[in-house]
Amino acid sequence: MSDSHGGAHVANLAHHFEDLEQQREAHTLGMWAFLITEILFFGGLFAAYVVYRTAYPEAFANASNQLDARLGGINTAVLIGSSFTMVLAVHAAERRRKRAIFGWLWATVVLGAVFLGVKYVEYSHKWEHHLIPGPNFLFEGAPGGSEQLFFALYFAMTGLHAFHMVIGAGVLIWLSVLALKGRFDLPGRNAVEMAGLYWHFVDLVWIFLFPLLYLLGRHA
Amino acid sequence: MSSSHESHEAGGHDGGEHGHGLGAYFAVFGALLVGTWLTVWIAEKDLGAWNTPVALGIACTKATLVVLYFMHVRASSKVVWLAAAIGFVFLVILLGFTISDYATREWLEIYSDPLLSR
Amino acid sequence: MNATPNAASLRAPRDNYITTDYSWRSWLLTVDHKRIGILYLLSVTGFFFLGGLFAVLLRLELATPQGDLVQAETYNKLFTMHGLVMIFFFLVPSIPGVLGNFFVPIMIGAKDMAFPRLNLLSWYVYMIGGAVSFLAIVMGGVDTGWTFYAPYSSTYSNSNVAVTAVGVFITGFSSILTGLNILVTVHKMRAPGMTWFRMPLFVWAHYATSLIMVLGTPVLAITILLLALERLFHIGIFDPKLGGDPVLFQHLFWFYSHPAVYIMILPAMGVISELVAAFSRKRIFGYSFVAFSSLAIAVLGFLVWGHHMFLSGQSVYAGVVFSVLSFLVAIPSAVKVFNWAATLYKGSVQLSTPMMYVLGFLGLFTIGGLTGLFLACLGLDVHVHDTYFVVAHFHYIMVGGAVMAFLGGLHYWWPKMFGKMYPEALGKFSAVVVFIGFNLTFFPQFLLGYLGMPRRYHAYPDEFAVLNVLSSAGASILGIGYLLPMVYLIWSLRYGKDAVQNPWGAKGLEWEKAPTPPPTFNFESTPVVTQEAYAYADDLPADERAEVRYV
Repeated sequence: MSDSHGGAHVANLAHHFEDLEQQREAHTLGMWAFLITEILFFGGLFAAYVVYRTAYPEAFANASNQLDARLGGINTAVLIGSSFTMVLAVHAAERRRKRAIFGWLWATVVLGAVFLGVKYVEYSHKWEHHLIPGPNFLFEGAPGGSEQLFFALYFAMTGLHAFHMVIGAGVLIWLSVLALKGRFDLPGRNAVEMAGLYWHFVDLVWIFLFPLLYLLGRHA
Repeated sequence: MSSSHESHEAGGHDGGEHGHGLGAYFAVFGALLVGTWLTVWIAEKDLGAWNTPVALGIACTKATLVVLYFMHVRASSKVVWLAAAIGFVFLVILLGFTISDYATREWLEIYSDPLLSR
Repeated sequence: MNATPNAASLRAPRDNYITTDYSWRSWLLTVDHKRIGILYLLSVTGFFFLGGLFAVLLRLELATPQGDLVQAETYNKLFTMHGLVMIFFFLVPSIPGVLGNFFVPIMIGAKDMAFPRLNLLSWYVYMIGGAVSFLAIVMGGVDTGWTFYAPYSSTYSNSNVAVTAVGVFITGFSSILTGLNILVTVHKMRAPGMTWFRMPLFVWAHYATSLIMVLGTPVLAITILLLALERLFHIGIFDPKLGGDPVLFQHLFWFYSHPAVYIMILPAMGVISELVAAFSRKRIFGYSFVAFSSLAIAVLGFLVWGHHMFLSGQSVYAGVVFSVLSFLVAIPSAVKVFNWAATLYKGSVQLSTPMMYVLGFLGLFTIGGLTGLFLACLGLDVHVHDTYFVVAHFHYIMVGGAVMAFLGGLHYWWPKMFGKMYPEALGKFSAVVVFIGFNLTFFPQFLLGYLGMPRRYHAYPDEFAVLNVLSSAGASILGIGYLLPMVYLIWSLRYGKDAVQNPWGAKGLEWEKAPTPPPTFNFESTPVVTQEAYAYADDLPADERAEVRYV
């Protein structure tokens, strides 16, 4: 975008904004509007989940017990940890400490990678046990009935969640490079904060996914 | 806890920086971990019909903490509060009206619903 | 603020958003909301005539009772692609993408949208989605109906469902980006003095529309994603054999697609509010009621989707609730219509071309809206469900409402957008042609539907022949009515009279403050707003005001 309009402009202020404050608020609101779309994007899956879980409570509980709650719990803690490092990156960005930004962003990316690694292990277990929905689906040796619906939703929800994490990790790596280049040395750049909102949102989704998918049938 | 130097720049949103102190972040981090442990612990107990509501209650509390502190909504302007709320409101509309269909299908006995009669 | 070396040259008549750079690059990489509006204008016009082509073939087939022009399979594809193209690629992006993009920032005194690059991205995303859907058409088309109902779309259809779904999925993101951009623009980019209740109603309508785009479209996206998963991997979500429920697809689909109807009509209502005030020379009657009725329609629109599913196996009790809520939508809609009528009352009405479209809109939207109440009736809907009554109803809203308003708005703002006047006499003539052609096409369909002719069939019994012939004849008149403006508007770009800054003597920043055509940053200096919208006659001396009233 050409920022050349107007001579006396502040660095990092796009031409069509009056001041940095207006720009910041517009970015924040825009990000939140985007997060609203994300809530409803996942919302469709949650609607399907509620409908089928209400219809087939036992099948869902049995199917859920096939998941590894220990790995899921560890992953939840890892993801919360990554949210914490993310908030520290934002904190550093507000103070424009580029090395700290770089470090905390990478801490977040590493924790995200751990999460995805654990996810990979879980997925491959499901693959070995024929728990991937489709023609080859088997539940405890038999062609599954509504258990398959649970796994369809499990893969759709966690897969979409993992996809969001991959995108997020890519953004964070890119921002870490920008940080080292000194792009956040002057006021007015809030890309780290915006990426933070996104990352926390992804964490937020998992906070709901974990009990809804992993812990259904534990008490029985 | 929060470092006080270098703040109050960039136009001074809400009279200062928009984040919270490091102390708040540590506290929220701790609370989230405790919440996770609590979710797992209580899922093992048989609470009858209450297992899911309790799990969701804990999840909502954790989510609220993330939204208010990690996502800085607590220190944000009213329109951000509104934006944060409106997504959840419409999510409830989506879920609520969809469920209202499935929950009331069996009320009419001539209705033989393959989904619910299993 | 703008004390730049460029300021002087901006004032020169030559330097506006068009003349500033003629290269291809400058258009395809533009971040100027006005140029993006023009890009949208070109593309939606293309898709409008593509969708129109399908409509021509449909009406040709239906001109005779036998299935003689095309086979049933082809006919299924034709009405599906007509619906898909018209809804996702014309109606949804038309007014927000073209007029909204161009005028929302100008009307609130901003230099641009809040996110200019996202704005350009939304056009590219739209074009990519359009290209993918077009590919699906070229590959042989799709026959599921624009609604993609499962399990037909997920299991049984042999047509290009997946490719089309991908196209619609992608286009949805364009809609989301436009909505997000307008929301933030309205919140954060208003000029000094431009309070919420000084904003033109066009802006309010676009704000409400954008809310729906942001809240609804993602649910369409996830629905299509689930459909694709079901079709490709057969996971059972919508398959009764595996415990799934096809009706769930309809719930998720209509959660977006009913509000999407309001994405199409709300911006049209915004256009009508501007035009009614400008050509009645009157303050809009009940400004805040009209403004809030837009928001009310946006919110209520999310609570009524089940009225598409009265006969789909949805619970009767849920049906009752959806029926009652659907009736409620009539309230804000009627508030608007009554307020427009009250604005006309004792106004100095000027029957220029845009106003002819407004009057057409008022009548046609009222008929379309009232027949919607028939359909919201649980009992009556059993009789007219999936008949031509429904087809006529939504065409009265979508074509008689949204397209009429789009054409009216396009004529009204054409001088501002291109600096040229269109030929007025020809404009009025084609507005009349459109009105006559429209009614001849679609009124017989109400009768057909009520008599029991189902929609989506390529052949019909002989007793329906007369009304169908009338409808097809009307469609050919309507087609001429749409071709005429395209021809003379393009003609006017070269041969039209030069437009002055405010040819209508209308109120609003786009007429009073922005040059014609506007420069890249819209205004020579940031405008300061001191009065409410539509302050007509306030600034005229008393004797002139009297003259205005009784001419």
